[in-house]
Amino acid sequence: MNLYTSPALGSNDQTVERIDAQPVHPPGAPRQPLYEKRKKIFPKKAEGRFRRFKWIVMLITLGIYYLTPWVRWDRGPFAPDQAVLIDLANRRFYFFFIEIWPQEFFFVAGLLVMAGFGLFLLTSAVGRAWCGYACPQTVWVDLFLAVEGFIEGDRNARMKLDAAPWSFDKLWKRVAKHTTWIAIAVATGGAWIFYFADAPSLAFEFVTGQAAAIAYSTVAILTATTYVLGGLMREQVCIYMCPWPRIQGAMLDESSLVVTYNDWRGEPRSRHAKKAAAAGQAVGDCVDCNACVAVCPMGIDIRDGQQLACITCALCIDACDSVMDKIGKPRGLIAYATLEEYESNMTLATNGGTTSIDPSRVRNADGTFIDNIRHFNWRVIFRPRTLLYFGVWSAVGLGLVFALLSRDRLEVNVLHDRNPQFVLESDGSIRNGYTIRLLNMIPEPRTIMVSMEGLPEATMKITGITDVPGRLFAVQVEPDKTLALKVFVTLPKEAISAQTNDFRFIAEDRSSHEQDSYAAVFNTPGAKK
Amino acid sequence: MADKHIDEISGVETTGHEWDGIRELNNPMPRWWVWTFYATIVWALGYTILYPAWPMVSDATRGALGYSSRADLAADVESARIATGGIVEKISSASLDEILADQQLSQFATAGGAAAFRVNCTPCHGTGASGGQGYPNLNDDEWLWGGDVNAIYQSIAHGIRDSVDPETRVSEMPAFADMLKPEEVRQVSSYVVSLTGTPRDPSLVDAGKQLFADNCISCHGEKAEGNRDMGAPNLGDAIWLKVRDEAEIAKQIQSPRHGVMPAWATRLGDATVKQLAVYVHSLGGGE
Repeated sequence: MNLYTSPALGSNDQTVERIDAQPVHPPGAPRQPLYEKRKKIFPKKAEGRFRRFKWIVMLITLGIYYLTPWVRWDRGPFAPDQAVLIDLANRRFYFFFIEIWPQEFFFVAGLLVMAGFGLFLLTSAVGRAWCGYACPQTVWVDLFLAVEGFIEGDRNARMKLDAAPWSFDKLWKRVAKHTTWIAIAVATGGAWIFYFADAPSLAFEFVTGQAAAIAYSTVAILTATTYVLGGLMREQVCIYMCPWPRIQGAMLDESSLVVTYNDWRGEPRSRHAKKAAAAGQAVGDCVDCNACVAVCPMGIDIRDGQQLACITCALCIDACDSVMDKIGKPRGLIAYATLEEYESNMTLATNGGTTSIDPSRVRNADGTFIDNIRHFNWRVIFRPRTLLYFGVWSAVGLGLVFALLSRDRLEVNVLHDRNPQFVLESDGSIRNGYTIRLLNMIPEPRTIMVSMEGLPEATMKITGITDVPGRLFAVQVEPDKTLALKVFVTLPKEAISAQTNDFRFIAEDRSSHEQDSYAAVFNTPGAKK
Repeated sequence: MADKHIDEISGVETTGHEWDGIRELNNPMPRWWVWTFYATIVWALGYTILYPAWPMVSDATRGALGYSSRADLAADVESARIATGGIVEKISSASLDEILADQQLSQFATAGGAAAFRVNCTPCHGTGASGGQGYPNLNDDEWLWGGDVNAIYQSIAHGIRDSVDPETRVSEMPAFADMLKPEEVRQVSSYVVSLTGTPRDPSLVDAGKQLFADNCISCHGEKAEGNRDMGAPNLGDAIWLKVRDEAEIAKQIQSPRHGVMPAWATRLGDATVKQLAVYVHSLGGGE
């Protein structure tokens, strides 16, 4: 795939605005005091395909976050009709057609494992795409920057406003900006609580002051974190608070896509390219316009190379591409590239590292690139590392799907009385006590048949169900509830033989033919008199 | 620290300590850390003013908020009482049969009775209510004074041979050492053992049967089936309160021992005794 194309190659009659921008976080900067005042970043608005892609991702992710709790899903009269609901009070989790009980929490653990391996897969294939596009910090900072740009203007206007003394104009803009930010933050915190209760009724209670204190405090805390992290701290969160930039070093390799400044074609950079070329000096494609620095929300200069603070949002690619278009050079001076192809091209440009970068080594006489230049090849995505991650990811996913499809919606658990282990009755028979818990895991009432298998002479009595001994009883279990039964099993004197006797409790729903059983033991005194 | 040492590479002063050539840079604390530290000091001072803290000669400062963990506990107990939603009061006013018929009440009473049982009854009857030698097993279907819930309630409330309660259950088996000769006692005990299906010398059993009819049936019944009005045990079933052994039975005939249970109504209150009765009734032998 050739990334270095432009609509009008060779037309360099347009002029490029030169921006006065410096990287705020250059590598190898002189030591700064740890508590040095933060340098403000005023990202310029970028335009281009990655900016458009980021808008789309923002629309989708925020849409999912804000709207999901309002989606309805009919489950009948005995269960809530909210499609996604974490019902902490009743210890149930609803996700469309799936209902999860607390003991099935491994589904959530499995999803977290999948999220982890998905992140590994994504990072080893396309670098920090999570950081650049989908991370909530990135999305909300993007949203807050859009608000800031709308109210205060673009980079230059904001810098001017920031430096200006307090005036009515500055005051209302600042108030408007922070008010909008807080409104977004309240909506963000507010959306969170709707995942934990019926959204429409909670919204009504919340507005009328009847909601639980925990709802208000949760909204308050999330409002504060959204406002502070997304509005005030911004890039500091990624650089100083987040562990992922540190972990990702182990995830990236020479075949991972990262946002790369292709200095093999950009250097030597020159602000007076024509003059330098006329003087017979080597001239690279970089016109040192600093557009890439100006748009960077992290305040870095991508031309310093791959660095921890780069979240790979690719806005510098958009900025540089538009400059390349203007001066009639091929796009892709800053581009997604793997370290492998970058180094191969670098070797060409420096003649194996023996000379400084010479653009003429990678170009033909007409300015086009020589054929030996390596471009990104989609096939490098499919390498053992990514295939392994994908394999684990899909194995966990298939395991979860299998577990979901084969899980029981009727269960029986039995607790054998241990004190006393058995009771001698006046007629010489032996009685054991059990606590049987029936789990009706569907939101419909069910009649469950409880019976015994094995110990043919034994009979059972169920407290509250019957006083007449038998071996098969019908029990009503409420929808989506458990029912504990106290069961006494009696073995007549003549049948007492071994020390212990194995049998099974069977719970069966005859209408759906669902069945579960429990291997139980009957204790007898055995040889004891 | 007399000699000031500056690290060559970073230009930062070190702490002056050295471990095998390794020195620690004396970088200033981050400002946020220092402010957090000051904030914790302010917080701690405020805390000691608001809460009990400073030790005085005979007491400690009470704190401006007047907090005490005892008051906290009392509030918790009160809120737990309120959380039961008046169900204890319902149990107090309902009859035992009404409690058994009401699922909610009987569930609450069974759980409450189990808790009260563990505190008050386990020393004699055991944690599993299975008793011991001389202490009845409450799980089985053998009852000295009756096994329906009202009889159980009566036994718990007023006790067995309680020294104070006028309504307590009382009975006394006479000491037959004065009335029967040792040989006759042996004959009776042989007969009693034979009732449970254990073969014994027929001559002793026959003589014992006659003596039993003359002396024992007024309380234990013609078929030795016992009499709950007098707390006389059934001697023919598989369950023995004391030891199932001929010599022990002979001892019991000659100089009987009698179990004593205190009356609990005055100690625990009526509602708790009702819950205990429901719990004991639920153990499996209830009638």
